[in-house]
Amino acid sequence: MDFSQQISQYILSGLATGAIYALIGLGFAIIYNSTGIINFAQGEFVMLGGMFGVYFHTVHNFNLAVALLLAILFAAVSGVLFERLAIRPLRRATPLGLVIITIGGSILVRGLAMLVWGKDTHALPTFSGDEPLSLAGATLLPQHMWIFALTVLLIVLSKLFFQFTITGKALRACAVNQRAAGLVGIDVRRMVMFSFLLASGMGALAGIIIAPLTMTSYDVGIMLGLKGFCAAIIGGMSNGLGTVLGGLILGVLEALGAGLISSGYKDAVTFIILLLILFLRPQGLFSRGESERV
Amino acid sequence: MKIRSVSYIAVLLALLFFAGVSSAAESIRIGALFSVTGPPSFLGEPERNTAQMVVDEINKAGGIKGRPLELVVYDTSGDPTKAVQLATKLIKDDKVVAIIGPSTTGETMAVKPVTEKEQIPLISCAAGSKITDPVNPWTFKTAQNDTLAVARIFEYLQKRKLDKVAILSVSDGFGASGREQLKGQASKYGITLVVDDTFGPKDTDMTAQLTKIRGSEAQAIICWGTNPGPAVVAKNVRQLGIKLPLFMSHGVSSKKFIELAGEAAEGIILPSGRVIVADLLPASDAQKKSLMAYVQNYKHHYNVEGDHFGGHAWDAVMLLKKALEQGADTPASIRDQLEKISGFAGIGGVFGFSPTDHAGLTKDAFVLVEIKNRDWVLVD
Amino acid sequence: MRRELIKFALFAAVVLTVPAVVKGGYLLNVLVFVGINTMLAVALNLLLGFAGQISLGQAAFYGLGAYLSGILTATHGWNPWLALFAAAAAVGLLAFAIGFPILKLKGHYLAMATLGFGIIVYIVFNEYVDVTGGPSGFPGIPGLQIGDLRFDSDLKSYYLIWTTALLIMLLAVNLTRSRIGRALRAIHDSEVAARVLGVNARLLKVQVFACSAVISCIAGSLYAHTVTFISPSTFGFHFSVELLTMVIIGGLGSIYGSCLGAALLTLLPEFLRTFQDYDIVVYGLLLIVMTMFMPGGLVQGAATVWRLALRLLPAKGRGDA
Repeated sequence: MDFSQQISQYILSGLATGAIYALIGLGFAIIYNSTGIINFAQGEFVMLGGMFGVYFHTVHNFNLAVALLLAILFAAVSGVLFERLAIRPLRRATPLGLVIITIGGSILVRGLAMLVWGKDTHALPTFSGDEPLSLAGATLLPQHMWIFALTVLLIVLSKLFFQFTITGKALRACAVNQRAAGLVGIDVRRMVMFSFLLASGMGALAGIIIAPLTMTSYDVGIMLGLKGFCAAIIGGMSNGLGTVLGGLILGVLEALGAGLISSGYKDAVTFIILLLILFLRPQGLFSRGESERV
Repeated sequence: MKIRSVSYIAVLLALLFFAGVSSAAESIRIGALFSVTGPPSFLGEPERNTAQMVVDEINKAGGIKGRPLELVVYDTSGDPTKAVQLATKLIKDDKVVAIIGPSTTGETMAVKPVTEKEQIPLISCAAGSKITDPVNPWTFKTAQNDTLAVARIFEYLQKRKLDKVAILSVSDGFGASGREQLKGQASKYGITLVVDDTFGPKDTDMTAQLTKIRGSEAQAIICWGTNPGPAVVAKNVRQLGIKLPLFMSHGVSSKKFIELAGEAAEGIILPSGRVIVADLLPASDAQKKSLMAYVQNYKHHYNVEGDHFGGHAWDAVMLLKKALEQGADTPASIRDQLEKISGFAGIGGVFGFSPTDHAGLTKDAFVLVEIKNRDWVLVD
Repeated sequence: MRRELIKFALFAAVVLTVPAVVKGGYLLNVLVFVGINTMLAVALNLLLGFAGQISLGQAAFYGLGAYLSGILTATHGWNPWLALFAAAAAVGLLAFAIGFPILKLKGHYLAMATLGFGIIVYIVFNEYVDVTGGPSGFPGIPGLQIGDLRFDSDLKSYYLIWTTALLIMLLAVNLTRSRIGRALRAIHDSEVAARVLGVNARLLKVQVFACSAVISCIAGSLYAHTVTFISPSTFGFHFSVELLTMVIIGGLGSIYGSCLGAALLTLLPEFLRTFQDYDIVVYGLLLIVMTMFMPGGLVQGAATVWRLALRLLPAKGRGDA
């Protein structure tokens, strides 16, 4: 086992983890861009995806594909419900109020999940077997390929969606200026709801494709949510490639940090990066600065 | 709406008030602190269930010397501050004669000064060896010391001349205590630790640490943690095609681990209390009777198999019962009687306390088991 | 100002006579922790309620106080009081230093940066095993004493903690009534406007941040010497959120509200114990419902309800006539 093989293993493992962070980060970015809200409950939808997946697959014996779709559907509906019940009624919302509401929401969702499904950790079967694949001196599982494939697919789809569909364009308009978007006849409220639908669905997908590798339980959402947020920050809260790159960079740095520096402090490395970026380039690594809005 | 919520609070206040007032006349009150919720709930939940089950049984059989036991259980949710508060509550408000629990080493260390000051015997269900080392006159424990588990694994390695070992421990109380023991005892067995790495309790990918281990000259891997981390480690080991023998701690000796790790669990060796292999034991085994009774009873009550975490609570209640049967009913006399118990075959092992030993177990409390065909097999 | 002082004196009198009513037991022990949480909530409220700056990393300062005190006394044999002041000074400097870059951020970004800081500190508590004892905790911290008076019972701890808490509350009330307090509120409403009017907003924010950190740090030291054992899990993200809940429930900018919030949230689990698993759900609901329907907190909310009731009752009377 030589050093270059080790490095390539770190990088590939990191990319796989990073892809997950990217998916979660995209959810943050979509909601932020259409509403200006950082949804602290985003991580909980990742958890919901995994837990609904386990619920439909092992309790109701649906086959994996059906369980996956149902899980995404249910998580997305929960996202919309969350928006309707907790975000929309809040008129004259201050950023502070929104931060607190979404934190409250995340605690509530986590608590309900614990009451309904218990505190146990659950595993899902892998989508296509457990035979390791060899790649550039590193080994990965077929599940990692699923993660890469689905992440790429989702990014391409969302790119197409934001570029070419009316709804996508309307969402982008909301991101630029909500009031102006409203003036040209875009139903801003529906767009906000829609962004929650998209974000929670994406989070749920992330939750369900990693469940076979990492297991899932009612409390996995906190850390994954935070990592996803870091990805989005590194990427400058963009709806697209920036966040994806942010996630991948974060994943690789984490794996390298754990392998070469210290596994105990690898999460600290993540958050030090987050702080440095917030201090030095709050607009993210890949976008140009924006003037402060009053 | 607002007025109604006010009245709810009033009702709650009233409830709290009366809860403190009511009490049964003749009963013996024992307190219990378990982390039924929070991260260590996998310990606290079976412990609470077991303690309640055993106490109910004792009462059904007429109590101890005609006096029923009354168990007061509080949930600490794994928080040392809460554990301290609730220990005070048990002592001052509920006036218990002894306390069993808490579930984790951290909470026990926090509670220890309180029970010592108030002179109430504490029978901890946590594993950390520093709970009873040095011996504290008022603190006992039922969970097997991790010292003993480490000794079991190292003996096995020594016999097979595997002397270069990589350790990978979780960064929580359980893992930290295990890591300390692994590092401390290695030289005694002629073992060198070539890699000493950790992972976080919520980490989802350990390939980085394992890649480092793969690149080292380790001949075996020891992973110290509780679910779900070790299951991820097992899966990652398989993914990376690492062929080294993999050892785990007694922290994963439950069916849950096999369920989580699936195929990847095959061939893993770990030290465990006898409870998971109760039916494989020869009839001559001193613990067989207690074990079978516990396992079957737990299954009957809660529909899942009793695990060795619940066993710690079983042992704690039964040890208390023994002390009470000797006529002890004040905290001080219970303490004295506990210290005299010897040859008591419980779930965790055969207990024998003395003024210099409040852990009461030898390394025979552990057996080495291997996972084969999704079940446990005794090794040697 | 005089009315304010009378109000405070009344409050202090009530607080100091409580032990006579409670008479020891468990409740008194819980009330000691209410005192500690009051200091923490007041500290956060200075930052959040007056300067309008959110912090999700308060538990880090609290933990730093506890760990510095613990390490300096138990490992290095310092006098506990000396350790307490040394810790407060060190944490004050640290907060001052990181305050400049952190408080440049706003809203969500500020929340996330303070959260990140909190997690980093937590990881250090957990991983720096040789010094902090790591996840299994740090035992054997000596208690406080003044001369021959050892604070080793709940009653004595109660007076120690609450005297400190009352002093901090008095300080906070004074601060908010002063020129600085008005400047802070100006920043809260519109930072740009405040700056235009000649308020050095940035320096002021950092000063409040450091002040809040020092108070939290002192609370941490007192916690360490009262409980004599500390472990990282007490100072995690979860606790920062709990503090936030206390402040929100009590009402942003209300010092007495913070005390109420701390009392409610510390006592609430005692009521909820019968519901055990449900308490996390109740927390979540409380945060949402309070922010939605009583953004001013319980104190203000109750006042509104009272005024409404007063207005409704005579109206009803007229209707009957």
